Amino acid sequence: MKTYDLTELALRNLRESSLRNSLTTVGISVGVASLVAMLSLGIGLQKLATRHLAKSGLFDTVVVMSRRDLRGFGRDDERNTASAAESRTLDESARQEIERLPDVLEAYPDIRFITELRFQDKPHLTMISGITDSSRANDAFSGIQGSFFSSENAPEVILQKSFALELLGKATKPGEEDEIPVAEVAKPLLGQELTMRYAQRSQTPSSSEESASPKAGKQIEDSSDAAYSVLSREQKLKIVGVSDLDPDSMRGAARARVFLPLKLAEDLHVMQPSDLRDSMRGFNKQPSYSTISVRVKNPKQVEAVEQAVKKLGFNTFSILDATRSLRQFFAVLDLFLGIFGSLALAVASIGIVNTLVMAILERRREIGIMKAIGASDGDVKKLFFAEAGAMGVLGGVVGVALGWAIGHVINLGTNIYLKRQALPPENFWSVPWWLVGAAIIFAFIVSLVSGLYPAARAARLDPVQALRYE
Amino acid sequence: MTNGPNLSRPNGSAAIRMVDLHRHYQMGETVIRAVDGVSLQVRSGEFVALLGSSGSGKSSLLNLIAGLDRPTSGAVIVEDKDLAQLSREDLAKHRLRTVGMVFQSFNLVSRMTLAENVELPLRFAEVDRGQRDALTRKALERVGLGARVTHRPSELSGGEQQRAALARALINQPKLLLADEPTGNLDSHTGTEIMNFIREFNESLGMTIVMVTHEKALAERYAKRMIFLADGKLIDDQTNSTAVAANLHEDRR
Repeated sequence: MKTYDLTELALRNLRESSLRNSLTTVGISVGVASLVAMLSLGIGLQKLATRHLAKSGLFDTVVVMSRRDLRGFGRDDERNTASAAESRTLDESARQEIERLPDVLEAYPDIRFITELRFQDKPHLTMISGITDSSRANDAFSGIQGSFFSSENAPEVILQKSFALELLGKATKPGEEDEIPVAEVAKPLLGQELTMRYAQRSQTPSSSEESASPKAGKQIEDSSDAAYSVLSREQKLKIVGVSDLDPDSMRGAARARVFLPLKLAEDLHVMQPSDLRDSMRGFNKQPSYSTISVRVKNPKQVEAVEQAVKKLGFNTFSILDATRSLRQFFAVLDLFLGIFGSLALAVASIGIVNTLVMAILERRREIGIMKAIGASDGDVKKLFFAEAGAMGVLGGVVGVALGWAIGHVINLGTNIYLKRQALPPENFWSVPWWLVGAAIIFAFIVSLVSGLYPAARAARLDPVQALRYE
Repeated sequence: MTNGPNLSRPNGSAAIRMVDLHRHYQMGETVIRAVDGVSLQVRSGEFVALLGSSGSGKSSLLNLIAGLDRPTSGAVIVEDKDLAQLSREDLAKHRLRTVGMVFQSFNLVSRMTLAENVELPLRFAEVDRGQRDALTRKALERVGLGARVTHRPSELSGGEQQRAALARALINQPKLLLADEPTGNLDSHTGTEIMNFIREFNESLGMTIVMVTHEKALAERYAKRMIFLADGKLIDDQTNSTAVAANLHEDRR
């Protein structure tokens, strides 16, 4: 029999005992709906998590270090494999080279230093770091009070909330600061001025005479031809923003609490801790960076970029492993949600078997007639398959719609709850197109499998006996 | 008479040939010999009546010719094909194309309209949709049911249902029409109506007819050959001169 005829006959047969067939179809719909609801919840949560993590900048960043610095970690094997000749200096030319690698969004030097900030004539010692303009998209700045930097080299500063509290002389105990709203902290500080005192590293042309005579500040001379001097400087900075969250949490103990525009930080030529070490070792023919942060277009490309950077002769670090375990967690979560969702579908498939076996008993005579007038075993089998498949597809379509609606209601309800708790609304519900398609195909396959036994049984029916049956 | 003379008939014109045909059923401990060593030959275009009391094996024999059942032993050769050797698939093809069947209880599919019932064999034969409608209409008009195509079997009289069953049996233009007590559920008037249709198919279309009946009078009136069965064995085979004479009489009119 032709497929079209088969479908037509099957749908016709389904309409005949419509109550039983529609109940069976509802069973499949509920199964598919629960599957879709569970999985789209899992997918939605995963998307939510990835969205936040991507914004945090943790997962698309590769930190590049010079191999020389590893000596400090006491890794002798590294030292042997990468001799001083092979290892490269992490300087401006290296930064540009890294930035030209495929899939790299930007590469910027990591400038961080500990220095003194004076506010209302009181000194505060803290870690300061330069951040790029692209950081404004970082999740940590989403709840910022005030604004982000007006330009890349504006003499402006953003404070982390804990440091802002320190300036105001409030709450020093950890945990306590959470209870003070950031708006309250920011109010007296925004627009105020800070004075940053720092040590500037300034390049000096090297000659033995010059290096012998001391200049302003302290001068360090090394055995090579290059030399530089360190000058004590002051810079006035305007407080433009106070961030609620900690954008630098990845750094752990070395995290900064005060942020400058990166360009400004670079132009200041602040003496970096690595400078001193380099100068002692005689590497500093030109200024080098301690680390460079590389932002990759997509977290998926982190590994490839890491490999490429390593080939250039640098060491890298990323928290790719963390994303890997995160993905693993969601895979397991989706699996569990999927299994629970499928349970209902499994129950529904028993309903299909039941309905079709009942249909065989009821339509025994009809099957006998069809065989007597020339239907082959295959025709009968296909007809029952088509009926099972039609119920599956129908149930699948209705189920997807139902599941989508259920998820929508859950999402809506949760957002009302979030609103009451004064939290921003979140969309943790996602029904991608592939899930719609996969759910319908899955329902179709499950119903075909359920139709396997009834169809085979109907096909095996002996026409002589079936015709005798009243 | 014995079955000897039948076998001596020329093979070329044989529509059906049975050689030492057996069909035994196991019923618990006992074996029921429904068909027990029948050898028989039916020529193309013959109108044969299978007569016998209930349990004589006439319906079992018809089912073997129809390819609804398989023999326990022996051969049943219909249109040069030994049905005992055919696969299930080919047997279904035989039922679809070579034979048409009508039954005592009409056996229309109750959930389908008349048109759908008659169309069903065309669907199995994978005939194109456009052709199907025309063929179905023509077949129903032929049996005088052109106005009732959208009715369901339950809305029709027994005679009308049997006429629809005849239309369905003929739709694939088979060479054989097998009828199992076609008038058994009908009053004598409608029974005659059905029998006239069957005779017309035999005479104008040249179809071979094998009809099972327990009414000797009916067989004598229409069939040209009467085969008597008892306990699964062939006991008599007569040429029916009465029917031949009646036909001649009707032709002359």
